[in-house]
Amino acid sequence: MKVQNNKAWWLVLPVFLLVAFSAIVPMMTVVNYSVQDIFDPATRYFVGVDWYRQVLQDPRLHDSLLRQFIFSACVLLIEIPLGIAIALCMPTRGRWASLCLILMAIPLLIPWNVVGTIWQIFGRADIGLMGWALNSLGISYNYAANTMDAWVTVLIMDVWHWTSLVALLCYSGLRAIPDVYYQAARIDRASNWAVFRHIQLPKLKSVLLIAVMLRFMDSFMIYTEPFVLTGGGPGNATTFLSQTLTQMAVGQFDLGPAAAFSLVYFLIILLVSWLFYTAMTHDDKNR
Amino acid sequence: MAEIRLHNLAHSYSGTPKAPEDYAIREMNHIWQQGGAYALLGPSGCGKSTLLNIISGLLSPSQGEVQFDGKAVNRLSPQERNIAQVFQFPVVYDTMTVFDNLAFPLRNQGMDEARVMSKVHEIAEVLELHPLLHKKARNLTADEKQKVSMGRGLVRDDVSAILFDEPLTVIDPHLKWKLRRKLKQIHEQFNITMVYVTHDQLEASTFADKIAVMYGGQIVQFGTPRELFERPGHTFVGYFIGSPGMNLIDVQRCEGGVRFADTVLPLPDALNQRLAELDGKRLQVGIRPEFVHVWDGAYEDALCARVLHVEDLGTYKILTFDLDGQVLKARLQEDQLVPREQVYLSFPAQWLMLYADDYLVEVAP
Repeated sequence: MKVQNNKAWWLVLPVFLLVAFSAIVPMMTVVNYSVQDIFDPATRYFVGVDWYRQVLQDPRLHDSLLRQFIFSACVLLIEIPLGIAIALCMPTRGRWASLCLILMAIPLLIPWNVVGTIWQIFGRADIGLMGWALNSLGISYNYAANTMDAWVTVLIMDVWHWTSLVALLCYSGLRAIPDVYYQAARIDRASNWAVFRHIQLPKLKSVLLIAVMLRFMDSFMIYTEPFVLTGGGPGNATTFLSQTLTQMAVGQFDLGPAAAFSLVYFLIILLVSWLFYTAMTHDDKNR
Repeated sequence: MAEIRLHNLAHSYSGTPKAPEDYAIREMNHIWQQGGAYALLGPSGCGKSTLLNIISGLLSPSQGEVQFDGKAVNRLSPQERNIAQVFQFPVVYDTMTVFDNLAFPLRNQGMDEARVMSKVHEIAEVLELHPLLHKKARNLTADEKQKVSMGRGLVRDDVSAILFDEPLTVIDPHLKWKLRRKLKQIHEQFNITMVYVTHDQLEASTFADKIAVMYGGQIVQFGTPRELFERPGHTFVGYFIGSPGMNLIDVQRCEGGVRFADTVLPLPDALNQRLAELDGKRLQVGIRPEFVHVWDGAYEDALCARVLHVEDLGTYKILTFDLDGQVLKARLQEDQLVPREQVYLSFPAQWLMLYADDYLVEVAP
């Protein structure tokens, strides 16, 4: 006979505890801050959604949100195609393949603030190789003063740092395609473009999904590199969302608005990631 | 549409082949005539697929030439050779519909849409793919996918040849027979040279007019299914074709014929004359179980053997017996008397083959 009881819930308990301490409790703390105005532990007032309203109307946040979206879009538009292209060009076997893999992995091993420092020095007009070279070629370049220069430098820095990740993911995806597909394509007289379009790209879809998500999430949360390189300047030109948030939370100690902002920030990332995921897996469910 | 000629062809996967064993394909000359339906039959690892890939141009041979209609095509890519090949496991373009899959090779050669449409429908009709035409290829079952793979080969009727590399491996048994019939029909309809690689003798003989049996990187015999059965040119053919395979007995030369242990098998004069030239070679005689004559009772001129066991396979029985230390088999008809402990049998001279170093000793007729 089948016994009907609720004992099985005990089996869920360990996972629930783990998730509670790793996610739910910290997040609820933030939720708690976001709906109160706290002066000291004894003096606090419930303010409802006031902080959210204030945050959503703050022009400073609108600006950095817009910058953030433009930045992430640029990152994806450059790094994904470039990563695929590099993966396609990488040798498939032999000594050169290993060498390429090592070279590609090096940027990924460098800590964020070191990357920022490298480019900060690299771009300086007096002692930096790139800055000095550009200026002596007659191209005026100064990332500390010129908005465009600062933007391009931050973007190139991110491309330099993270394209390898996309390339390595795609490389592994490409290696997983059985030879017989290429053979069949040759027999069918497919052009190189058709091979890419109808064999390689579809087979890369699952790794590309991972690459797009990772690069979107990471670039949307970028903090250290621009902070080290430009400090968010010139003006606010390279102040992205996380830096605005840090200024608000740690600089001004506005914990209420900062908490509300954090949650909005989190929801945006969640929403956009979900959109990417749905769009890229949409095709599978059809027919 | 082409005659395919292999001229002094050999291939080795090792860069510096020395011994004959280093070769996947040992030096061979062979002709596949235009419009023929051929099978390439052999066990796994005998070089069948290698040979096929060399013909299609996916692999370039270490020596010798592949000629289409007398022209060497070694330097031409598969695209330029205009050849179709169907692989063992289905290859479909996932993101395309079945229709687009079938149209793909046609569109790649720049055929206009109206003709593409009619060709695709024609081949979909033959392969019964019509209900699936607008489905995405990724959602098909394995045998539907294989039909699509085959369709992509068959849809091009201007090809020099269509090569099949064990195409029915993943197909359900009841569909196999049907698809083989279809291939045969298509062959009759379009008169395209077809080469069909398989390790299954039944598949080979139902599909092909002529079968090339491959063994150890060589084509050891090329003939009709009947020739392969009645006069195996190599001991391997005798063993591999037929179920059970040919009885093979190691023998020594003696007066008037050959002998093993105390048994003497007389040979016809023509063969006896040739025996003298074969000194030093390994001699074997072979006879198919189907051709061993089993007498119903004691018979004076017959050989007497000890019965080991009898297997009943439904429509016929296989008798295993011990003849002077050799374990041999004979096939008994359903209505034939089943011998108990002793059996009297004889080997009709016309079905008794003599092999020297594995190759059939031929006599001028």
